[in-house]
Amino acid sequence: MIKVDEKGFYGKFGGAYIPEMLHPNIEELKDSYEQIMASEEFQTEFQSLLKDYVGRPTPLYFAKRISEKYGAKIYFKREDLCHTGAHKVNNTVGQIILAKKLGKKRIIAETGAGQHGVATATVCALMGLECTVYMGALDIQRQRPNVERMRILGAKVVPATSGSQTLKDATNEAMRQWISNPVDTHYIIGSVVGPHPYPEMVARFQSVISEEIKSQLKEKEGRENPDIVIACVGGGSNAAGAFYHYYNTPEVRLVAAEAAGLGVNSGKSAATTALGTEGILHGSKTILMQTEDGQVVEPHSISAGLDYPGIGPVHAHLFDIGRAEFVAVEDEDAMKAGIELSRMEGIIPAIETSHAIHALNMIEYQKGDVIVINLSGRGDKDLDTYIKWGGY
Amino acid sequence: MNRLQTLFENKKERVLSIYFTAGFPGIDDTMPTMEAIASAGADIIEIGVPYSDPIADGPTIQDSNMIALANGMSLKKLFDQIKDMRNTVSIPVVLMGYLNPIIQYGMERFLQKCQEVGVDGLILPDLPMQQYLDEFKDMFEKYGLSNTFLISPQTSEERIRQIDEHSSGFIYMVSSHSITGAKTGLTADQITYFKRVQAMNLKNPRLIGFGISDAETFTNASKYSNGAIIGSAFIKTVKNSVDLKASIHKYIKSVIQ
Ligand SMILES: Cc1ncc(COP(=O)(O)O)c(C=O)c1O
Repeated sequence: MIKVDEKGFYGKFGGAYIPEMLHPNIEELKDSYEQIMASEEFQTEFQSLLKDYVGRPTPLYFAKRISEKYGAKIYFKREDLCHTGAHKVNNTVGQIILAKKLGKKRIIAETGAGQHGVATATVCALMGLECTVYMGALDIQRQRPNVERMRILGAKVVPATSGSQTLKDATNEAMRQWISNPVDTHYIIGSVVGPHPYPEMVARFQSVISEEIKSQLKEKEGRENPDIVIACVGGGSNAAGAFYHYYNTPEVRLVAAEAAGLGVNSGKSAATTALGTEGILHGSKTILMQTEDGQVVEPHSISAGLDYPGIGPVHAHLFDIGRAEFVAVEDEDAMKAGIELSRMEGIIPAIETSHAIHALNMIEYQKGDVIVINLSGRGDKDLDTYIKWGGY
Repeated sequence: MNRLQTLFENKKERVLSIYFTAGFPGIDDTMPTMEAIASAGADIIEIGVPYSDPIADGPTIQDSNMIALANGMSLKKLFDQIKDMRNTVSIPVVLMGYLNPIIQYGMERFLQKCQEVGVDGLILPDLPMQQYLDEFKDMFEKYGLSNTFLISPQTSEERIRQIDEHSSGFIYMVSSHSITGAKTGLTADQITYFKRVQAMNLKNPRLIGFGISDAETFTNASKYSNGAIIGSAFIKTVKNSVDLKASIHKYIKSVIQ
């Protein structure tokens, strides 16, 4: 049974390895999030925002031409059609309502690709809360449109200039700011990472993805369970959402696509399960890329959203027990898969998502299998990267 | 009784603990720095084990961590450097470090090594109390090492009592809602918090850290506790020093006067 225990562990991964200064905040969240989420008041507001503001349910789209090419029945779960262009907003809508119920006045967040930053800035604008987003200085350069979107939405974007100047450093900086402003501030973490209860809380907000897949597939195929679900994994929130209601349905294969960067063994990679070992990152025990001495290694991926040296504890557990298959997709292959989807289905995907699409070439499946790929986001934010890459 | 416990038996006021980053500013500065801290008259040395992702630290200590790592510093290297420290340094020595490098080294091997070289206590800011009790307390005791927990202005009275029960050595009072980094002066809110904890009559001595930088802040903090910890301000001093020993002496003497 895949389920978080009361101390916040999935098997041996998870927990809350945090400085004492954050203990009261984490306790407050832990003690209240389930109760708040279960309340009718919360659910009414959450469901109505998901429907009318985010645009849910998102379609489950049967991709005819891609299906013909691969000889399987391939469906795309269209999270790219969510307001703001990616699945990230499912979580920020949930957390902003929670933050309001907790009486918080300010929101901070980290962001990699900028999708979570935009999704956070969006809900802060919606609720009239002050918003500061920490973003690696390198990511600020490669995701310029999203930086400007956040600013238009009224958020302050602060560069994280330490370390690799990417997502891990933005996360460090957000945690530091939370330590410095623990009373009035809520930290909206953007993936299923961080100390308990974040990984489970974020997964539950994202679980709407697999909840919808089940009913939509039932309608289209007469069955709730596909043969395979594929999603890309940065921290793992879109994957956790797409897998959530299938965790304990072993006949559904779960495939997680990590970013191999320039190649798993190139020294420029973000393939966490291929290269990582057990340790502690951002408050939870998980699998992370590190040196023998326990220093965190700076990852590389062409997609800012996958450029992270760890994975959420639930994914470390799925990997550890063999419940999910992990594949590592190189930059070049992901870019080509993005072009393929654009040309064959008229959908320009986020480069993160392109990793999941290329996974089709890396796994075995039977002819006619029903495969659901979580189309986590759209490619507008990545135009610069597509243009620079140029292979189209 | 280890050196920390002996120290607090004999000295209850104005205890000065100095934090520095191992392998900073130069890789071979670890021992000279410790010797200078001790000979200048500080009471405790806190050796910071450098880490790539120090989430409780401000820019000054982050920076010293990065430089030390770039210098090639590691836990292995540190134990090498301090293996004979007890020939030249007699004051208590505490290691402060994030959990991940220690877990990779192996907790038991780490504690054993600490005991072997003469380390007295540990401050592991991202090791929560419950995890310590569940996994490591017996091991710490086996190797005679004190464990220090942090408390902050947000820590509830109940939790402070629990921390007091499970600490040995001293309690690290984080002076404000903050990460490390020298700020000046103490606010009325901070003093209220210091007094509140002082009135709890805890069994462990208390040292105040974060934002202590000079004679004035040291003296003020010491009014409400057994002493204070200086980190970032010390790192700035050594970073800009030409003569390491002379700068350390001058700085520490200016603090304790
Ligand atoms: C479109 C898209 N997909 C995937 C990710 C990766 O995050 P996660 O693994 O949490 O879904 C991101 C992150 O920014 C993203 O923007």
